[in-house]
Amino acid sequence: MQFFKNVWETLVTYHSLLLEGLGYTMLIALTGTIIGLIIGIIMGIIRTIPRAKTGFGRVVQKVGNFIISAYVEIFRGTPMMVQAMVIFWGYAFIAGGNTLPLVPAGIFIVSINTGAYMTEIVRGGIISIDKGQFEGAHAVGMTHFQTMFHVIIPQVMRNILPSVSNEFVINIKDTSVLNVIGVMELFYQAEKIQSMNLQIFETYVIICVIYFIMTFAVTRILRFFEKKLSGKKNYVICGSQSDPAAEIRVMEDEGDVR
Amino acid sequence: MSDKILELSHLAKKFGENEVLKDINLTVNRGEVISIIGSSGSGKSTMLRCINLLEEPTDGKIYFKGQDIQSKECKITEYRSKVGMVFQSFNLFNNMTALENCIRPQVTVLKRKRADAEKIAREFIEKVGMSAYVNARPSQLSGGQKQRIAIARALSMNPEVILFDEPTSALDPEMVGEVLAVMRDLSTTGLTMMVVTHEMQFAREVSTRVVFMDSGVILEDTVPEEIFTNPKEARTREFLTRILGTN
Repeated sequence: MQFFKNVWETLVTYHSLLLEGLGYTMLIALTGTIIGLIIGIIMGIIRTIPRAKTGFGRVVQKVGNFIISAYVEIFRGTPMMVQAMVIFWGYAFIAGGNTLPLVPAGIFIVSINTGAYMTEIVRGGIISIDKGQFEGAHAVGMTHFQTMFHVIIPQVMRNILPSVSNEFVINIKDTSVLNVIGVMELFYQAEKIQSMNLQIFETYVIICVIYFIMTFAVTRILRFFEKKLSGKKNYVICGSQSDPAAEIRVMEDEGDVR
Repeated sequence: MSDKILELSHLAKKFGENEVLKDINLTVNRGEVISIIGSSGSGKSTMLRCINLLEEPTDGKIYFKGQDIQSKECKITEYRSKVGMVFQSFNLFNNMTALENCIRPQVTVLKRKRADAEKIAREFIEKVGMSAYVNARPSQLSGGQKQRIAIARALSMNPEVILFDEPTSALDPEMVGEVLAVMRDLSTTGLTMMVVTHEMQFAREVSTRVVFMDSGVILEDTVPEEIFTNPKEARTREFLTRILGTN
């Protein structure tokens, strides 16, 4: 079969380019997701600061919240490919023709784009935490930041992990748009390869399979962690509820979470 | 000599147009165990929450050992660490074990060393009879057990006052006893306690003072015997007859 022969030859000839592309794609997607998550958490903490008492504080808070909302709306409301062009060439315009180094630029673009989505995901996560958790922390004298750091965010992280995994998978695929500024990720490498071997179909089938393997593997690995973090859905408490001296044993039931 | 620890002066709280507290005046002396009784919606819990500043009073002042707690000089987190609170819904930190619930606040708020904090935490967990459960998570505990850990958490901060906001209202009847027993023990240690409760027997036997609230005002404030045997106000009589049955 000509097709398989071509695929095989492409793999043999261009494996280093493919591997390089795969490496950059994973690097950019992973770092972008992590930095995006950090942005989301910081925004979430800022947005939930209790209402300031002084007039000045209130103005600062209003402006801060407006900036965060604007950031979220703008980055969610425009394509990442366009954002990449605007940021990359915008910098070149301001810096008089100097361009950003490609990979850091790619990570930057993916990070702030993901950050906008993560801000909303974290906000949802914080809203879903019972008000009593905040009150319990405030009542022992914790500050807003201590409350967030020790009590709220750990619980939020657990709850939002599925959404975070989802963002990561989306990022693996969406890094392909960074080819417009010339980042050497997988899609860019495919374009380069097909211009050399002139086998457009075979080349894109190869990277299609590579993308799928990456996202599938990542999904499985993250699901494993989700299960670990959520603990078991059911457990049976043995021991007496009225006798404090009775030993407590928690027997975990097998069962899927969610 | 009485030693004033808390003083509420003309305290008022409105939620929008709804006046929940109207001109509350109350003095709490060190070592007193005050039960606050009254029907639902009378403002009992709101008063307690105002004392801890979980609700911000719309008017009036709260003094803690003579200091206005809403003044700029008073650090609210420091004040809260001295005035513990036990909630109806326990509010244990779900991401920590029972022991960690009692350690973490000491380490973060009081800046105690972890080892010291753990020693103190274990001591109080022992006191509430929960030593066997130190490593359990809140989701693995029954309501009564959670509440006892919540009390141990409050005690671990070595507070000067503990506010109890209906600590047994969310519990199954059979678990009420274990929590009340712990509170009864505490009342003998000289700790200042303010307890919003529907447990009339507890109010009568354990407290040194009973405050009856109705529609946002304090109607009676006297020793338990007086209020239970010889209530002054018609509203108090009506409430007590309803809650205690016919006797």
